[in-house]
Amino acid sequence: MEPILAIAVGLLYAAAIYMMLRRSIVKLVIGLMLLSNAANLLIFTSAGVTRGAPPLIPEGAALPDGVVADPLPQALILTAIVIAFGVLAFAVVLIHRAYAILHTDNLDQMKDTDT
Amino acid sequence: MSLEVALPIVIPLLTGALCVLFWRSNIMQRILSVVGSIALLAVSIWLLTSVYDQGHVVMHMGNWMAPFGITLVADMLSAIMVLLTGMMALAIAIYSLASASTTHEKFGYYPLMHLLLAGVAGSFLTGDIFNLYVWFEVMLVASFALLVLGGERAQMEGAVKYVTLNLLSSAIFLSAVGLLYGVVGTLNMADIAVKLGEVENTGLVDVIAVMFLVAFGIKAAAFPLFFWLPASYHTGPVAVSALFAGLLTKVGVYALFRVFTLIFNNAPEFTHELLLWIAAGTMLTGVLGAAAQFEFRRILSFHIVSQIGYMLLGLALYTPLALIGGVFYIMHHIIVKTNLFLISGIAHRLLGTYDLKKLGGLYKSKPILSLLFLIPALSLAGIPPLSGFFAKFIVIRAGIEAEAWVVTGIALLVGLLTLYSMIKIWAEAFWKKLPDGTDGASLERGRTSGSLMLMYAPVVALAACTLLIGLNGQPIYDMAEFSARQLMDPSQYINAVLGGRP
Repeated sequence: MEPILAIAVGLLYAAAIYMMLRRSIVKLVIGLMLLSNAANLLIFTSAGVTRGAPPLIPEGAALPDGVVADPLPQALILTAIVIAFGVLAFAVVLIHRAYAILHTDNLDQMKDTDT
Repeated sequence: MSLEVALPIVIPLLTGALCVLFWRSNIMQRILSVVGSIALLAVSIWLLTSVYDQGHVVMHMGNWMAPFGITLVADMLSAIMVLLTGMMALAIAIYSLASASTTHEKFGYYPLMHLLLAGVAGSFLTGDIFNLYVWFEVMLVASFALLVLGGERAQMEGAVKYVTLNLLSSAIFLSAVGLLYGVVGTLNMADIAVKLGEVENTGLVDVIAVMFLVAFGIKAAAFPLFFWLPASYHTGPVAVSALFAGLLTKVGVYALFRVFTLIFNNAPEFTHELLLWIAAGTMLTGVLGAAAQFEFRRILSFHIVSQIGYMLLGLALYTPLALIGGVFYIMHHIIVKTNLFLISGIAHRLLGTYDLKKLGGLYKSKPILSLLFLIPALSLAGIPPLSGFFAKFIVIRAGIEAEAWVVTGIALLVGLLTLYSMIKIWAEAFWKKLPDGTDGASLERGRTSGSLMLMYAPVVALAACTLLIGLNGQPIYDMAEFSARQLMDPSQYINAVLGGRP
């Protein structure tokens, strides 16, 4: 399972970087979206894909019996997804406003504040 | 229970929430904002005193012991940073009373400002690497919204660059956290530091270290990933620029200090050597970029970049004296740089422009403002007896003792070029005659209005801090030495956090 996931992560990163390097500001945001998804999938993969029971400890015992899955990566990913969602919502509004004010979606024409 | 560790996060969050409750009333929001900032400053002083007594103040959230729960840790470096956050919060809150326009206030200026402060304080105090990511994002979302308040052309362009680069750095940070979790299976920074020593695959550890370096390097505006900063910082409202200039990049620097003293301290010949050349590049490119600029806030933005280099130099040399220098430099820089931005705001209020070619005649009509500019400006360039001299002196002396000749030479050269930039601002904005075509009517009015006094008050207070650090540097040096001792010996931090383990 891991090799497939690893390839998927790699492809997502590559696609994200490619989209971010395009001139269109919409593709830039799509790139950012793919990038955060790639990071989430990377956490999932690198924390180890184990097929196990939910990590519940039976009453009276100190340790769970058998193999249990690690719940922490999923909690991390859930947090990261929520954050990425919020930030992305802001980014979408930003590019909409930027387009309305600048009358362009071409990043090459946004050079006024550069040096 | 050590309540003082949690309060610097809770107070700004609460203040922000209360400000939202009084959404319609600008006056209530203004009062709440100032009161909240005073409370933050008071709590940060409390935190500093208890860190002085105990060394490390630790709080396990929800009483889940480390490494299972989220831990808040304050050592001397965190306490100093939180204190500076409190000082800047109060200065900006008072300045904003006069400088923030009613439209900005209507669109949530004060709630956002306090949310930003909560994010900054959270980043300084957390002892959990994933929690650090969360606080970074809290801070970033608030800063995005603050930067685009007003919605002018330049702000949109600046914001697109700022948002993109910061989200990129967040994604790299998150990926690094994921890989690190895969290697050590824990997120508590103290626990990571213990377990990372036992990892055999040092190649992978080096890769993760470099990923952290890149992620925090972007946030701190280090060479070669600094270009978003001068493209965006000068576009926002001036109080926001000042807040960003003082605090935001320093959060990146703090994260670098924390991670590269506590966690990745096993291979300094690789990571810290890399940092050394990054520091040199940061200093040089920042100051050369500033030399080509002719806009008040752009020059100052480029100088943020060059000054970040000195702080990183302190970290990169990784000797006790160098770390003292780095911490001292952060303290000096936050105060001085915020002050310079605030002064640029006053000049803008008086003459309606930031362009040095259109500014002029300020020395003749406002001699006190000119004096107030000279104190932080000369301090930034490192003229004795101001705070910048001692900060530079410690870093450069550490460089000479470590026999890093090239980097030390660059640091000295950059000091001279900084003086050149400051003299350029002085000559153009203050010394020369008011050029034709600039409306100097507000300059000639004899009495200063009440709102202008509100802008002067924080400038005077911060200039007094600069003078105080310069003339009475020993207690500040002791604080920096205290924190450097803690940073050089991570076992203290680890024991303080994990000591409570059953």
